[in-house]
Amino acid sequence: MDDKYIITVKDLTKKFGSFIAVDKISFEVPAGEIFGFLGANGAGKTTAMRMLCGLSIPSSGTATVAGFDVYKQTEQIKKNIGYMSQKFSLYEDLTVKENIDFYGGVYGLSKEKRKEKTEFLIDLLKIEDAKNKLIKSLPLGWKQKLAFSIAIIHEPKIVFLDEPTGGVDPITRRQFWDMIYEAADRNVTVFVTTHYMDEAEYCSRISMMVDGRIAALDTPGNLKKQFGVETMHEVFVKLARPQSNE
Amino acid sequence: MEYAVSVKNISKSFDETKAVDDISFDVKHGELFGFIGPDGAGKTTLFRMLTTLLLPGSGSAVVDGFDIVKDYKKIRSSVGYMPGRFSLYQDLSVEENLKFFARVFGTTIEKNYDLIKDIYIMLEPFNKRRAGQLSGGMKQKLALSCALIHRPDVLFLDEPTTGVDPVSRNEFWEMLGKLKNEGITILVSTPYMDEASKCDRIALMQKGKILDIGFLRDIIGKYGKKIYAVRSDNMHKLILDIRSDENTESVYSFGDFLHYTDKHGGIDIERMKNILMSEGHTNLTIQEINPGIEDCFMSLMNK
Amino acid sequence: MNRFLNFVWKEFLHIVRDYRTLLILFGMPIAQVLLFGFAITNEIKDAKIAILDFAKDNNTQEISNKLLSSGYFLLYENLQSQNDIEPAFRKGIIKEVIIFEPDFGKNIERTGTANVQIVADASDPNFANMLIGYTSSIIMDYQAELSKGKTLPPMINPEIKMRFNPNLKSVFMFVPGLMSVILLLVSALMTSISITKEKELGTMEILLVSPLNPFQIIVGKVIPYLLLALVNSAAVLILSKYVFEVPTVGSLPLLIAECTLFLVTALSLGILISTVSNNQQTAMMISLGALMLPTIILSGYIFPVENMPLPLQLLSNTIPAKWFIRIVKGIMLKGVTFSYIWQETLILAGMTVFFITVSIKKFKIRLE
Repeated sequence: MDDKYIITVKDLTKKFGSFIAVDKISFEVPAGEIFGFLGANGAGKTTAMRMLCGLSIPSSGTATVAGFDVYKQTEQIKKNIGYMSQKFSLYEDLTVKENIDFYGGVYGLSKEKRKEKTEFLIDLLKIEDAKNKLIKSLPLGWKQKLAFSIAIIHEPKIVFLDEPTGGVDPITRRQFWDMIYEAADRNVTVFVTTHYMDEAEYCSRISMMVDGRIAALDTPGNLKKQFGVETMHEVFVKLARPQSNE
Repeated sequence: MEYAVSVKNISKSFDETKAVDDISFDVKHGELFGFIGPDGAGKTTLFRMLTTLLLPGSGSAVVDGFDIVKDYKKIRSSVGYMPGRFSLYQDLSVEENLKFFARVFGTTIEKNYDLIKDIYIMLEPFNKRRAGQLSGGMKQKLALSCALIHRPDVLFLDEPTTGVDPVSRNEFWEMLGKLKNEGITILVSTPYMDEASKCDRIALMQKGKILDIGFLRDIIGKYGKKIYAVRSDNMHKLILDIRSDENTESVYSFGDFLHYTDKHGGIDIERMKNILMSEGHTNLTIQEINPGIEDCFMSLMNK
Repeated sequence: MNRFLNFVWKEFLHIVRDYRTLLILFGMPIAQVLLFGFAITNEIKDAKIAILDFAKDNNTQEISNKLLSSGYFLLYENLQSQNDIEPAFRKGIIKEVIIFEPDFGKNIERTGTANVQIVADASDPNFANMLIGYTSSIIMDYQAELSKGKTLPPMINPEIKMRFNPNLKSVFMFVPGLMSVILLLVSALMTSISITKEKELGTMEILLVSPLNPFQIIVGKVIPYLLLALVNSAAVLILSKYVFEVPTVGSLPLLIAECTLFLVTALSLGILISTVSNNQQTAMMISLGALMLPTIILSGYIFPVENMPLPLQLLSNTIPAKWFIRIVKGIMLKGVTFSYIWQETLILAGMTVFFITVSIKKFKIRLE
């Protein structure tokens, strides 16, 4: 296995009974890449992502994340990744500061470090006025930006983002992607799923899952060229429902 | 009864937040009307008031000829409603769910089969499957079938496409188009700006207010600024460079382009190219484009 | 009506699909009855007793031997006088004293009638009752043996006395108590949970935006659980009759009617709970915390109400289960007719009307 790859996946498979959710997928992700993980609902994205996060043991195949094995070293994996999803992020009934402090504690940051991080994040996100407010009183866009910052509070090598921008307004959505770029500049690998096809364009490379398999994997530019279309939306439509092609 | 839905100065607050803030609009019979805006724009609260689930804080509204406060019982039998969350019985099968809702409205699947046929036909292979075990797209189709089963005059769909992949979303909008042809008035909310083009008319919503309302082309026509699409090999650097320029009014990523507006109502493209190339950008293209709905939305947000 | 039956049918499907809960609902009463039943019956073994024999003749000797060889009793000491009884009990070792009157045997010979006194330590009422039951039946056995071949059968009269807790609770107390707790649990807890579940899932939104009215939704929720709870009560009754031989002395139809009344009380309480809770956890907490515990503690199910301080006694009057337990005890154990329990019934009915009125009033026809 090459060291320059932070994620390596080979023939990874997950079966639920007779149903094959993920069917022998293979790919590598180099460090610092923004890797877009696309696919229709039910194509197996969530299942694949869970295996890579160490939340679900594969049925067969191999995979390493940050150099750790997804079968045996799930605890190390969890320490070295960040995770954020649209559904699960922050504690609604805790304040901004309490959330930062709590997650800092979860990842074993020292008290001084947590304090430093809290100040840094409040400054970065310009939420000085809101730092003692409950999360539930904040607009969704702020929550999502804060959730992302917290997901990388322990400076993980990889961060997994599951539809991080769903329902967020267009300006905040773009601010969110600025944050993703900044993280990638610091050599954090970003593994992201989204239903916004314009966001697919912002990724370094895109993998498209169809029925548990990876149907295409390339840069957005190459994918568009390959399918002879103008936008990622069209690429998606062609790949996800090949039968509906005219 | 000129309008299917007529709303006058409606407001609703929860504690101190104004979820819906003095909104007025009319929807014609048979219209497919879209409410577009992010989470927290007030779309759900608005729909809940119109479907009689919430009392308005102030203002009034008439749905299908009935007042939403006084005649709430009549509205409840004549409208169809699909809430934002998946709201069917997960432990009942596809068929049982549909039958249940048909009987709740005192009808049968057979009676209105022609209306839901196109949608239901995709579900029929899974008739015996529990609703909880369907994929996202299928759940959404089932929920729509259930909302339609009594052939409502007005259909309210609260974010039916949220979290649904682009292909399923396309299919869903095709279904809505067919329902519109059946004469059903449809009010639909969505956070996806690109879905604006599928509606007859739209209202752009943000923080409880309507930013703009009307035909898509009219809203775009009001944009009133020159907008340019810019790209180069290093997009991240490009956005930082343009953002730091003092003439820049706004710059946002749009897929593989940046959309750029300046403060002076237009730029000299060649001059800008030269400046950016001197900053080390390669394969640079700049062209004036027509604004899209998302450009309009962001511009309205900043006003 | 079709609309309504449709709703009821849906509720049935929910119940049947959730087989884990179903198992608990049906398994729990059975497990409880068995648990309570056996916990009580299995304990009588080598109970320590004392004997005060003023007669010391053949008959008393034979009875004593019969008692002590039964395996249930162990002779701890022989007492000499009436004054020894009190200190013997005070030591807390012996559970029962048997006192044979002077001239016990002679009395049988002469008059055909003799008296024996059985004094039990009733601080543990169930146990005391059990001891007395066993003792009496052994004495009756002896009496039957004596009677053989005699034209005028002799009579041995056991006179029963309780120490420390003379108003002894019935050994079968647990059946009425258990029934009320189970009915309350199934009805109140399950209805409140099933209504809040719809709120959580968002299906309540669709139900509200439909021609179904609150009355149909509420009654539709109630009926399946009413039937379920009736089946449960039947299971408890059958078990108590055939496994523990607790018969229903009084009228069975009356008992079923009273059960149904109490069920409606509990169900309306469940709906009341659901109107104030937004999710299943809250419903569960309120049902368990505000309903179950007071019911168990204050209804007289476990602790006798008469021994409670006055404020608690007054509070216990607000517990529906207290009245229901009285009713069930009356019908099941004493065989009383309606004329004896009409007051309790009236109180329950009044409570029910109150809960239903409040819950229909509080049931929200909107989301706020």
